[in-house]
Amino acid sequence: MIIEHPLLGPRDIHEFVYVGDASLLNRPKWDSKDAEQKFYEYMYLRKNPAGIHQELWFHQQGDRSWLVVSRNTLTHEIVKVDLVSNIVKEMNL
Amino acid sequence: MYYNWLKLIKEGFNNNSAWEKTWRNPELKKKYDVIIIGGGGHGLATAFYLAKEFNIKNIAVLEKKWIGGGNVGRNTTIIRSNYLLNQNEAFYEFSLKLWENLEKEINYNAMVSQRGVLNVFHSDAQRDSFIRRGNGMILNGADAELFDINKIKSIYPFLDFQNARFPIKGGLFQKRGGTVRHDAVAWGYAHAADRLGVDIIQNCEVTDFKFKSGRCIGLQTNQGYIEANKVGCAVAGSSSLLMSKANMTLPIESHVLQAFVSESLKPVIPGVITYGAGHFYISQSDKGGLVFGGDIDGYNSYAQRGGMATIEDVCEGGMALMPMIGKSRLLRMWGGIMDMSMDGSPIIDKTHINGLYLNAGWCYGGFKATPASGWCFAHLLAKGYSHKLSSNFRLDRFKNGYLIDEKGQGAQPNLH
Repeated sequence: MIIEHPLLGPRDIHEFVYVGDASLLNRPKWDSKDAEQKFYEYMYLRKNPAGIHQELWFHQQGDRSWLVVSRNTLTHEIVKVDLVSNIVKEMNL
Repeated sequence: MYYNWLKLIKEGFNNNSAWEKTWRNPELKKKYDVIIIGGGGHGLATAFYLAKEFNIKNIAVLEKKWIGGGNVGRNTTIIRSNYLLNQNEAFYEFSLKLWENLEKEINYNAMVSQRGVLNVFHSDAQRDSFIRRGNGMILNGADAELFDINKIKSIYPFLDFQNARFPIKGGLFQKRGGTVRHDAVAWGYAHAADRLGVDIIQNCEVTDFKFKSGRCIGLQTNQGYIEANKVGCAVAGSSSLLMSKANMTLPIESHVLQAFVSESLKPVIPGVITYGAGHFYISQSDKGGLVFGGDIDGYNSYAQRGGMATIEDVCEGGMALMPMIGKSRLLRMWGGIMDMSMDGSPIIDKTHINGLYLNAGWCYGGFKATPASGWCFAHLLAKGYSHKLSSNFRLDRFKNGYLIDEKGQGAQPNLH
């Protein structure tokens, strides 16, 4: 697979480390009332869809940026790539 | 139908023209006591042991495609019980004992071959951890031997003993481990379950569960509605998709694992060898092909095929362990979808919905577990509580902290 890096252009997945579902960006608040349940869900439960999956890739052998890649898990086709830093701004964290 | 010598001789004179079907192709009934979703190794084994050991008569196995087309026909056929943790080792040792007696039990030649599994180690620290694992195996009634380098040289002289970076220092050997012809396991369990009256329904995909006051009472399928007292799900890589129809989110990611077969060669590798410095395992099939594999590709996938990066990585592992492999050519490769759990260990448990049971999370170790998984899942379905050996494989262990993390990798499914 080739990941279209927003800054560096097309890069081979050899250069990246796969981390998992992009929901890992939504870390629950530690002091909320249901923190225990929320952290259990955050840590262990995954939607694991067949189709478009938003996932985190780390450009370890490159510029060490974090990417959110939207990829079809049925075909491995990559439809969208964003920098995590931009996504986080949009998420207003 | 029952296979025996007499029939074999008769059919030999008969031009093999009157063999009956290995299993029937029955009509779907309106109602079953137990329905197993998933006609893979685990589902068929579950149905067989339900009928044979737990005396349940009215059983159906629903398979969305065809018997033997999923992971049971996509693995590297290795059986072994060489785990460290007690929760795993006792279970897998039970499985290995069931393998040893399988062919008689199911009246089918599954080519169970206990040719020995050797895990090679490359450093003093790795030797110590392998010794510890070997002791764990022995304490759970399995067999384990420590091989020194001379012993390994006498069996596998072609390994790269001169490797400067990862010199072979010895190995942990399990003599009772080996290989089994994987599709014969699916066909054999299907054959044996069918003889006990289990209905095996192929091309039958479950589209929805039917619930009534917190209980699963039936299934909607592409062949119509079926009532069920109990439903067991054993669908491996499709577990998250199936259980999402019951509004459940599982501690599982689906990943693709590739397996490889070379062209046929004369007998050269007598047993199973695994590489300790990378992820590579190899054996030779009775047809002569080298059967080998390595890591999963490492990203979520339902595609049943993988990428070149992993193929290269696996072949590099092979070259580092046994350079002679470079002379053989790859004949074919394929991918299967693994239900990678968050701690690398399986789940055999009830769900919060009455009458709905789950067998999942086998990661890429499901094949060797087939008989014990079927037995323990059948026990759970028949009696309503877990078998002693699978009582740790709970769905709620992720919430309660009783994880069974064999590799100590944490909640990172692509590393297990």
